[in-house]
Amino acid sequence: MARTTDPWRTLTDPLIRQNPVTLQILGICSALAVTTTLATAVTMSVALTVVLTLAAGLVSAIRRHIPDTIRLIVQIVIVASLVIVIDQVLQAYFAEISRALSVYVGLITTNCLVLGRTEAYARHHAPLPAMIDAFGNGLGYSLVLVFVGAVREFFGKGELFGATVLPLVDEGGWFTPLSLMLLAPSAFFLLGLLVWALRSVLPEQSEAPEHTPPLRTEPAE
Amino acid sequence: MTGLGALFLSAAFVDNMPLTLFLGLCTFLALSRSPEAALGLGVAMTGVLGVTVPLNHLVYTYLLAPDAWAWAGLPEIDLSYLSLIAFIGVIAASVQLLEMLLDRFLPAIHAAFGVFLPLLTVQCAILAGSLFMVERSYTLAQSAVFGLGSGAGFALAVAMLGSIRTRLAYADLPAGLRGLGIAFVLTGLMSLGFAAFAQMAAAE
Repeated sequence: MARTTDPWRTLTDPLIRQNPVTLQILGICSALAVTTTLATAVTMSVALTVVLTLAAGLVSAIRRHIPDTIRLIVQIVIVASLVIVIDQVLQAYFAEISRALSVYVGLITTNCLVLGRTEAYARHHAPLPAMIDAFGNGLGYSLVLVFVGAVREFFGKGELFGATVLPLVDEGGWFTPLSLMLLAPSAFFLLGLLVWALRSVLPEQSEAPEHTPPLRTEPAE
Repeated sequence: MTGLGALFLSAAFVDNMPLTLFLGLCTFLALSRSPEAALGLGVAMTGVLGVTVPLNHLVYTYLLAPDAWAWAGLPEIDLSYLSLIAFIGVIAASVQLLEMLLDRFLPAIHAAFGVFLPLLTVQCAILAGSLFMVERSYTLAQSAVFGLGSGAGFALAVAMLGSIRTRLAYADLPAGLRGLGIAFVLTGLMSLGFAAFAQMAAAE
């Protein structure tokens, strides 16, 4: 964690350089599950950013009063209450999208991104920087979600936000949709390639090899 | 009986938690660097899912479901919106309990798998197990089988990924793809394989 107090750095660092999804391995579950269309991806991003920012603010505000031993439970209860509110709001005003997101809104509760940030940052900082950090991480997460969502919807259905961009073959156009894009594996491939692309641009992020082959005991024939 | 067996297989293979439903991926990717750690995580997952899903089923049916308080003359009380908090509480409590029991009675197992237990409180797959149980209205027996089945599926997937990642020692990967990048691509390939199970289920 960068020990910087400059709010602008706190806000912009998680966008690319410390991106929560591609570098910190946080919040991946929902990042992949809800990205078949752009609309659900954007809804999820907004919901997560709101929950994350408010949770960080709240946890940071009462950080001196939480006993260390039960802090996880306290943090989860705060997050869960916020998620219930968001879930009810979505069900009331965006019923269609809420159905498409199914259990994944509830799963924001256990999204490691939320707990990771409250645990790693909000617990040690004043409310304002904590909220800025949370908002920045929420934006970084949203960037990845919107990118993957846009690619999958564009190539999978030829649409963006449900509006036709590439005319489909079935409807007299020329574009044959890649239905693989709408299935689970494509999300993994896209994210893997995105990580690769990012690390080619920023080589300091690449990891050391995890395993080395055992040394040969006999010379080869 | 066949119904329960089929449910176990479908939870383990067709609806595999990490590979088709994208659940529990954070720990799935972070702890699959070596097969031993992966196996420990898988066993812990199976145990916790097998305990918490039926427990949450009891909590939901007798405390939170729309008609749960009818016997007390309060038929209009519907607490189902509290299920998220209740489930998380049950999960956190049972994980803590499981850890203490293991530490007291089976210290060897605790030493091997214990480090993963606290992490499981915030594992999306575990909460999702309980949420799916409500959404699909399983009975008590069904939810126990569903919990064990999805845990076994997770264990299988994470052990496989762990073993494959060990073999990467022989692959000369570009620097940017090492670690997380190739783990994603591998998971994608495994997910393609598991998509075949969904086809088999659909063909029946």
